[in-house]
Amino acid sequence: MDPLILARIQFASTTLFHYIFVPMSIGLALTIAIMQTIYYRTGNEQYRKLTKFFGTLFLINFAVGVVTGILQEFQFGMNWSTYSRFVGDVFGPSLAIEGLLAFFMESTFIGLWVFGWNRLPKRIHLLSIWLVLFGTVLSAFWILTANSFMHHPVGFEFFEGRAQMNDFFALLKNPQLWVQFPHVLFSAFATGAFFVAGVSAWKIRKKQQIDMFKKSFRISIVIATLSTVVVLLVGHQQALHLMTAQPMKMAAAEALWEDSTDPAPFTVVAKINPEEKTTTNEIQIPYMLSILSFNKFSGQVEGMNTIQAHYEEKYGPGNYIPPVRTVFWSFRTMVFTGTIMVLLGAYGWYISRKNKLETKPLFMKVMVFAISLPFIANSVGWLMTEMGRQPWVVFGVMKTEDSVSPNVTAGQVLFSLISFSTLYAILAGVAIYLFVRTIKKDASQEEAAQVASVDPFDKEDVEIATK
Amino acid sequence: MQLSELWFLLIAFMFTLFFVLEGFDFGVGTVARFLGWDDYEKRVYLNSIGPFWDANEVWLISAGAAMFAAFPHWYATFFSGFYIAFVFMLLALILRGVAFEFRGKVDNPLWKKVWDGALFFGSVVPPFLWGVALTNFMTGVPIDENKEMLGGFLQLLHPFALLGGVMFTLLCIVHGLQFITLRTVGELQQRARVASAKFTPVALISLLVFAAIGLWKTDIFTAHGPGWIALPVLAWGALLLSGVFNKQQRNGLSFLMTTITIIALTASVFIGLFPRVMISTLGAANDLTVYNASSGDYSLKVMSYISLTLIPFVLAYQGWSYYVFRERLKGKDQLEY
Repeated sequence: MDPLILARIQFASTTLFHYIFVPMSIGLALTIAIMQTIYYRTGNEQYRKLTKFFGTLFLINFAVGVVTGILQEFQFGMNWSTYSRFVGDVFGPSLAIEGLLAFFMESTFIGLWVFGWNRLPKRIHLLSIWLVLFGTVLSAFWILTANSFMHHPVGFEFFEGRAQMNDFFALLKNPQLWVQFPHVLFSAFATGAFFVAGVSAWKIRKKQQIDMFKKSFRISIVIATLSTVVVLLVGHQQALHLMTAQPMKMAAAEALWEDSTDPAPFTVVAKINPEEKTTTNEIQIPYMLSILSFNKFSGQVEGMNTIQAHYEEKYGPGNYIPPVRTVFWSFRTMVFTGTIMVLLGAYGWYISRKNKLETKPLFMKVMVFAISLPFIANSVGWLMTEMGRQPWVVFGVMKTEDSVSPNVTAGQVLFSLISFSTLYAILAGVAIYLFVRTIKKDASQEEAAQVASVDPFDKEDVEIATK
Repeated sequence: MQLSELWFLLIAFMFTLFFVLEGFDFGVGTVARFLGWDDYEKRVYLNSIGPFWDANEVWLISAGAAMFAAFPHWYATFFSGFYIAFVFMLLALILRGVAFEFRGKVDNPLWKKVWDGALFFGSVVPPFLWGVALTNFMTGVPIDENKEMLGGFLQLLHPFALLGGVMFTLLCIVHGLQFITLRTVGELQQRARVASAKFTPVALISLLVFAAIGLWKTDIFTAHGPGWIALPVLAWGALLLSGVFNKQQRNGLSFLMTTITIIALTASVFIGLFPRVMISTLGAANDLTVYNASSGDYSLKVMSYISLTLIPFVLAYQGWSYYVFRERLKGKDQLEY
């Protein structure tokens, strides 16, 4: 087997896996920080319990996110050494700053938060969770600075066959970054919020501490709704940006082979045949693509054949068309799930305000399943973005096929792919098991039991002291 | 000083901190399951590094990223060349990280046994592999004229490198035991002292043999003149003193000595390498150096401003977290893991 294919499979699978946990960490950190702030302000014990309960889930999730992140950083050098040599100068600094600025903050203050409940002043302890959140947001910012360079390379020049940075602020001002970062950040907030809302809905359905979980439902449904609306609005800005920066990705997302009519209709579903370069059986919404691409009711969108001819002229012979089916369907899945999330959020907010959560068991059941929606949207969103850039690894500068490590054999990549897939499968299983277990535990009964028994550490304390 | 030289120094600094800080984490993780006789005791040992290990590990991640940014060729050659070694190290670090979090979540003996095993594996494999890697940095590896490293994993496991791996693992164990003596009291502390007294002589012998072979086979300890032999001597002497202080129950001094051992040893390797970052066995012309492997000056300048601003803050709040959790674990503490 070809090491290139294996390395790509490994990058895609480990990144998608890592990205299950990352947005959830960011979103949960926000929700928990808000809960703990309310506890700090009001002294209401229920908010402390909510903070602890979702904190446990947050920590399980955070652990998996952190450990799978180490591989993300190291596999550039392991599998993509030619890429690393070529762009390290421009791409590496973002990662280095991410480490120094974000990872240290996250990891130090999570330690202080977890172990500092009874040791730190309340105010400082509260500050710790906000700093953890701040760290995760900074981390997202810097990794997206690096990623944006791959989509829209700026701030560099060629020197002795390598890309060298010549304008750091151009990297920071990259227009790609400023549409990507809010999109990713608010979808992460939505991910955590839908999770909290879903878990709260489950608890309310099971009649466990209903009063308390109504509170967490309310907080999370507000975050969920607002965040998802922001995500959709920013998504529109991204489409506008895409038209100028990567028109091929946009054309592929529409399965548009020939130039569109003016005004351009949006294709909802269609049968795509990439071999014959045809798209048939379309169901279309008139004007919609023009609105999406240009923010007006007119405008022609270039098709893939036109762009292909243009790129051949510019970059030389080759196939510049990404995997159309994947990009097309990822885009539709993302928009569809996003829309459902807005509707669910808005309705949930409404009935939460009306205090009718217990009278809508079916809706509450739907909210439990809705936990999966942001994860689906996140994954297909990245599939569309990254697959839509192919065949480039750095758009217009370096192709994916030229960036793999020349000295690493297919056998080595296969060994690593199998090892990490196996380990990740185990981690996924264990994480889900722990999630379900933690969620199902009825804390109200446990508390009653705890009051009855003595502190379990008292005995050992005496033993150790006397030994 | 050129910027690329400054970045060599910064990366060496990050690796040194990583070895010192994660060194005791690895040591504690390795010995916890043997030193703790029941679950509660194991938990106390693991909780002694609970608030710290995650942030300590970030020194490795930052060192790797700094390498990527400042010396793309070093990063690319090292990570692709030591491919399988990195696979094992990453598997170990991933397992260790989740094991801390997962271990205490279910009260079932089999569950705990599995994660104790994962913690042991995850704590013993990384220092061994870093010992192997450091030794191979000393001896050099086959790097061709395109800066690509040739050959597979097994060539890295020559006897000298294996000795380096064992030696470094032993150092981390002793270092970890000394850390435990600082964080616990009574019987649990005493057990770590006794274990340290048993491990220190073995570590001393392995370090002596390692340094002797290093002196004979490589130019690392003498690359800038014979005076630099002082560093490995200092490393060995400090380890010896650590054993003496351990006997006298002067835990702080003893831990300081193992810290000095790791600093002196790491420093001697990085100083001996300089200005090379990776030695090629296929001729000095293929060596990677701070001059032919580095990024452009603009990039290094930007990173210097940012890093030199950030690192003091990082050190300050990381140091503060050690201060917050300075008290010994006496039994009534909140045990998270």
